[in-house]
Amino acid sequence: MSVAERIDIYPTHEYEGFKLRPGRPLPFGASVVPGGVNFSIFSSHATVCTLVLFEKGAPAPLAEIPFPDEFRIGNVFSMIVFGLDYENTEYGFRMDGPFAPEQGHRFDKTKILMDPYAKAIGGRDVWGDTPDWNRVYPHRATLVYDDFDWQADRQLETPIEDLVIYEMHVRSFTQHPSSGVRNPGTFAGLREKIPYLKDLGINCVELMPVYEFDEFENSRPNPATGEMLMNYWGYSTVGFFAPKSGFAATGRLGMQVDEFKTLVKDLHRNGIEVILDVVFNHTAEGNENGPTISFRGLDNKTYYMLTPEGYYFNFSGTGNTLNCNHPVVRNMVLDCLRYWAAEYHIDGFRFDLAAILGRDQNGAPLTNPPLLEALAHDPILAKCKLIAEAWDAGGLYQVGSFPAYGRWAEWNGKYRDAIRRFIKGDEGLVGEVGQRLQGSPDLYAFRGPTASINFITCHDGFTLNDLVSYNDKHNEANGEDNRDGANDNNSWNCGWEGPTDDPGINALRTRQMKNAAAMLMVSQGVPMILMGDEVARTQLGNNNAYCHDNELNWFDWILLEKNADLLRFFKNMIGFRHAHPALRNRWHFSNRDYVGSGYADITWHGVAAWNVDWSDGSRVLAFMLCGKHAKNGTARDNYIYVALNMFWDALPFELPRLPLGMRWNMSVNTSMPSPEDIHEPGHEAPLNDQNHVLVGGRSVVILVGK
Amino acid sequence: MEIYVDTVDYVTVASIVGELDGQTAPIAQDQILDLIGPEARILLDMTGLQFMSSAGARTLLLIYRHIQANNGGVILAGLIPEIADMLSATGFLDYFEVVETVDDGLALFGV
Repeated sequence: MSVAERIDIYPTHEYEGFKLRPGRPLPFGASVVPGGVNFSIFSSHATVCTLVLFEKGAPAPLAEIPFPDEFRIGNVFSMIVFGLDYENTEYGFRMDGPFAPEQGHRFDKTKILMDPYAKAIGGRDVWGDTPDWNRVYPHRATLVYDDFDWQADRQLETPIEDLVIYEMHVRSFTQHPSSGVRNPGTFAGLREKIPYLKDLGINCVELMPVYEFDEFENSRPNPATGEMLMNYWGYSTVGFFAPKSGFAATGRLGMQVDEFKTLVKDLHRNGIEVILDVVFNHTAEGNENGPTISFRGLDNKTYYMLTPEGYYFNFSGTGNTLNCNHPVVRNMVLDCLRYWAAEYHIDGFRFDLAAILGRDQNGAPLTNPPLLEALAHDPILAKCKLIAEAWDAGGLYQVGSFPAYGRWAEWNGKYRDAIRRFIKGDEGLVGEVGQRLQGSPDLYAFRGPTASINFITCHDGFTLNDLVSYNDKHNEANGEDNRDGANDNNSWNCGWEGPTDDPGINALRTRQMKNAAAMLMVSQGVPMILMGDEVARTQLGNNNAYCHDNELNWFDWILLEKNADLLRFFKNMIGFRHAHPALRNRWHFSNRDYVGSGYADITWHGVAAWNVDWSDGSRVLAFMLCGKHAKNGTARDNYIYVALNMFWDALPFELPRLPLGMRWNMSVNTSMPSPEDIHEPGHEAPLNDQNHVLVGGRSVVILVGK
Repeated sequence: MEIYVDTVDYVTVASIVGELDGQTAPIAQDQILDLIGPEARILLDMTGLQFMSSAGARTLLLIYRHIQANNGGVILAGLIPEIADMLSATGFLDYFEVVETVDDGLALFGV
């Protein structure tokens, strides 16, 4: 039997001219259905719920339609409204219920509330356009068609050990006038610059927050300069299901969904994965003095961790904490990530302050957090990379102990700290650096090196250039008397605080940056580079530039020429990593020979071959990777020898003997000027002396045996 | 929104004038789909189109799919920069041959 037409495309109810029908409770949010739109919203304590419809941009509602009693199932109100113009409709909800903060309830029927499942959000359509502060409904849920034509695309599923991640901010990448793109600061602008990323050799971008946020949250003029300080980075979510409208050149047309999907598709076409930096630890509503945008008015007690007195727990350092292990919130997070994975083909997620996701509803750390377990085992997220920032602002530090379920990787903060200190010449680090270079088996014995996202710099803290140019942070421009930002930077200015004309200091700084790039690229685990470090981007010593929509954050494309030497080094160093599977093992070294090559998979050396000075006073370490043990013995590679001399004088290193017939060739020597600092993979320079190599002070040498 | 249809040799030239938005796109869609037969050669003249919304872009892609299913061909002519930029940023332009004038389009079709 076939049915010509479904009967549920006809309305059964009417309210003030709007044709209605009882909706479906799932999926939550607004879904375009034949003839109309299905709206579904949850609240466990609301007594009355009203759908509020606006014509796009209108100051006052077009209509307010109360959900009839029979449209509620359980705690979910759902309704189909027929005949809406999907492009020109904005919607929200009014919820009535108790206002009793001491019991956790903060209902306020004067507020129009945004749908937490909104797939697109208007109100901040064009970045930086000053909002009308008197609007009754500032962040407006809108409707989208999930009809994108992906053609042959899906997630790339690149093995995580093969990734080179590039952490970047969408607006910062092309907003600088020197970018030369048609639509600066947008998804479309980033798309125009894909050739640069491909040429650099990275194969994964990690985008700082792209969920809808309010750049005007907590905006204020800098008392000293009058310049507007903003919520520029966006670590404060307004809507978890909606891409930032102001990051889209077509945001004013409500086409941010198409524009962002087009960017993802094109990145994939170029072999580049997309990881989103997601902020599920708190929302943009702040504490009891913050705005009521959505969650607070929908079901405060469900969505937020509250103290027994009804105030907001503040494990995030931003005023509130999302109640992630409440079953309803947990499902919302899961729905959200599934949506981004399935609908946007996102390859992975990096969870901001992820330790919060492992706390129970009273804030106590859980040994078996249901949310983290659910994400790890979810069928739709099964191939997505899951990366935790394994700490929070409440003092929970879980690097090495984050509940992983065989899936989760971590930002390895200990890698960053140890490598920074080693590079600046601190003593007593050779032992720890040995662990960090091989994927931190001391932290991830059973999880393998791929649990470790290795980084020396990230958006928080100094850029690489500033790490070698400043001893101290210089955050005056943030307007907080230099009190904000971290103080433990493990940085060294090489002899002068800030920019200098001294050629000796500048040469040392360049060499230190190259040392950092070299160490990062030969470490087991997953390397992450901060946008612009490859061209020595500076924030003038500001180590917390979250509030600046200016050159402090923007990528200056003139640096490509100015620092072409460093860029070339990065490019070839990334190429070196891609060329050598021995650097990209899935599992830890076993320190023995299990393929019969006569060499263990990794061996340790010093100025004397086979002999490391592990003592506190040592600043020298070398290691050799056996090419027959590449990818845990499944691939063949050259032998690789890496000598790290972080002592200030040059030292001769005795080389380990290669198998008969092989010879050492010079690939990298950071003490040499460009282009002798690095040879393109495959074009290494043969070494005359096969027994010793002189490694300059504060320099890295990498040899290839073949 | 108005659509004017002309035939030059084996090419159907459809000129869309005005605005293509949520109200007008369904109308344009109906009219243009009617023009698509087997191996249709359709030249969409956008010279007089002043505005296109998300619904308009979707209509274009739908027309493309219909023509493709009929083993035909489609060319866009005379897009104003604002519309070209929007279609480019959102990926819709990737599906189309784009030319500046109707004559260029006819030439590309070999007329």
